[in-house]
Amino acid sequence: MIRLEELTKVFETPNGPVVAADKVTMEVPAGEICVLLGPSGCGKTTALKMVNRLVPPTSGKIFIDDKDTSKLNDVQLRRSIGYVIQQIGLFPNMTIEENICVVPRLLGWDSARAKKRAAELLDLVGLDAKLFLRRYPKELSGGQQQRVGVIRALAADPPVMLMDEPFGAIDPINREVIQDEFLKMQSEIKKTIMFVSHDIDEAVKMGDKIAIFRAGKIEQYDSPDKVLAHPANAFVADFVGADRTLKRLRLVTVEAVSDRAWPAISRHAKVRDALVAMREHNAHVAIVLDSDQRPTGYLTEEMAEGAGGVAQDVARPVPTTVPARADLRAVVSEMFANDVMWLTCVDDGGRFAGVVTQAAVTAVLGETYRKPGLVAL
Amino acid sequence: MSSASATPVGAPRRSFLLPVLMLALGLLIGLSGIVGQIALYWDDIVYLAQEHVVLVASSGGAAILVGVPVGILLSRPSMQRVAESVMQIFNIGTTIPTLAVIALSMTLLGIGFAPAFFGLFVASLLPIVRNTYAGLLAVPGHYKEAAHGMGMTPIQILTRVEMPNALYVIFSGIRTALAINVGTTPLAFLIGGGGLGELIFTGIDLMDTGMLLAGAIPTAALAVLVDWMMGQAQLRLIPKGVNPLR
Repeated sequence: MIRLEELTKVFETPNGPVVAADKVTMEVPAGEICVLLGPSGCGKTTALKMVNRLVPPTSGKIFIDDKDTSKLNDVQLRRSIGYVIQQIGLFPNMTIEENICVVPRLLGWDSARAKKRAAELLDLVGLDAKLFLRRYPKELSGGQQQRVGVIRALAADPPVMLMDEPFGAIDPINREVIQDEFLKMQSEIKKTIMFVSHDIDEAVKMGDKIAIFRAGKIEQYDSPDKVLAHPANAFVADFVGADRTLKRLRLVTVEAVSDRAWPAISRHAKVRDALVAMREHNAHVAIVLDSDQRPTGYLTEEMAEGAGGVAQDVARPVPTTVPARADLRAVVSEMFANDVMWLTCVDDGGRFAGVVTQAAVTAVLGETYRKPGLVAL
Repeated sequence: MSSASATPVGAPRRSFLLPVLMLALGLLIGLSGIVGQIALYWDDIVYLAQEHVVLVASSGGAAILVGVPVGILLSRPSMQRVAESVMQIFNIGTTIPTLAVIALSMTLLGIGFAPAFFGLFVASLLPIVRNTYAGLLAVPGHYKEAAHGMGMTPIQILTRVEMPNALYVIFSGIRTALAINVGTTPLAFLIGGGGLGELIFTGIDLMDTGMLLAGAIPTAALAVLVDWMMGQAQLRLIPKGVNPLR
């Protein structure tokens, strides 16, 4: 857990004092990622760097796991916090192994233990230890370097990590991949992370919470969905963008909206039974499954009416399916691409896992505005 | 032209001409009996070469021992205000011809080893200080930030991050300094410092080609040897990740 209390930084410049952080108070719960978001010069990086005292605070307090960090000396404090920067900052004179072992060696680990840890961490990010330990940073691609930059910060297993636009210098395709990898890793290691970004999409994807900064002050500190659905003021609304509701699509997975009780029948079932099932569920479509529960086709009410025989004789093939773990953005995108109002969901084994309709998507997005006590925007 | 566009014009021809030229030169030297004349001075060469090496090694070594720490000191953030002014003074120092430095040194310290040592020391100091200072300043800020943020102390940042990354530039400075040093050392004879300059200058005065070459050829050979040794050190001592030669 990281807690900032009335944290203030005033820079003395020739043009008079500049307030970079103005009584910032916030708490990042243990195991969560908090994204500090804002335009350049808003004080987000200053706030981050005050935590490991690269920028000494003018006033205010910082607690890590309820311990006041001002009691620790700078070097002790920094060795207990993982730090990742945008330029990665791998030391070119050291091999990958030496780079990863920097903090463990500073902490006095013996070399065998540090080396074992380095190999372990490389495995964690899918880099072959045998191949990479002896290499130098310049022999790695940008994406590989960034992965090493992240695991170097994790080397001594610090409870807290500070990440200053860690994926900012990577091309968009690799960035998505590394972000996904990192989230997967985080779900296992559960570090408490402060993460600076200027990219709202990254913040929504990575953050359990988002703190939006302006001129050294926090304008809003909330979950990504709250920030997008209920911006605290015009500045936040403007910063998160006019398409903020579309961004919320990423926050919901298909599982959360799919209707698992949707009528689904065996391909050998009678068409008449399908029609009954549709009417029972008040649905105009039924999904036809093969013997492995995989969706193969669909029947509409019109198709079924007046038709005889078994389902597979009348059914049309399903246009496309979406995995249950996908987010709603992928669903909406598929709906638009195929000009349909509903999609069949499948689980990891390709088996039927419900149907998601456009109405259900809209309902989920709109739900937050219908709760009592909240003002609809 | 006949040579490929990627290779400089004349390069292939020179590689063919060089052995022929050397052969011709060797024949000429052999026939003129100059080897015999030089051989007359063998004992002098050995004795004076020793003096020469002692002068180079001591003044060059002292310049490294002083120049590198001064360069490091000037590159520290706390010295930022004065560093540029100090570097300007060093720069003005280099514009003084080395012969003048040697002469000034004599007026201060008299004749013998001490003024020669001091003059050579001063002449080799600047490239070392300048390259150490510039090399350390050129280390990208994000390496220092990363090191700082990971909890290295300022000394650890200097020794583990800044110095290894500036080493190539620092070595280049030392190499230049030693080349200047070896080439200037014959002048030490003029202020009684000894060295191979004794044969060169006496040979000139007596118009004795044999004696002159007995001083000049070992001096040249020593310069090549020192430069080769520095090249090898630069190749082998600098970590692979920051060594453009590897």
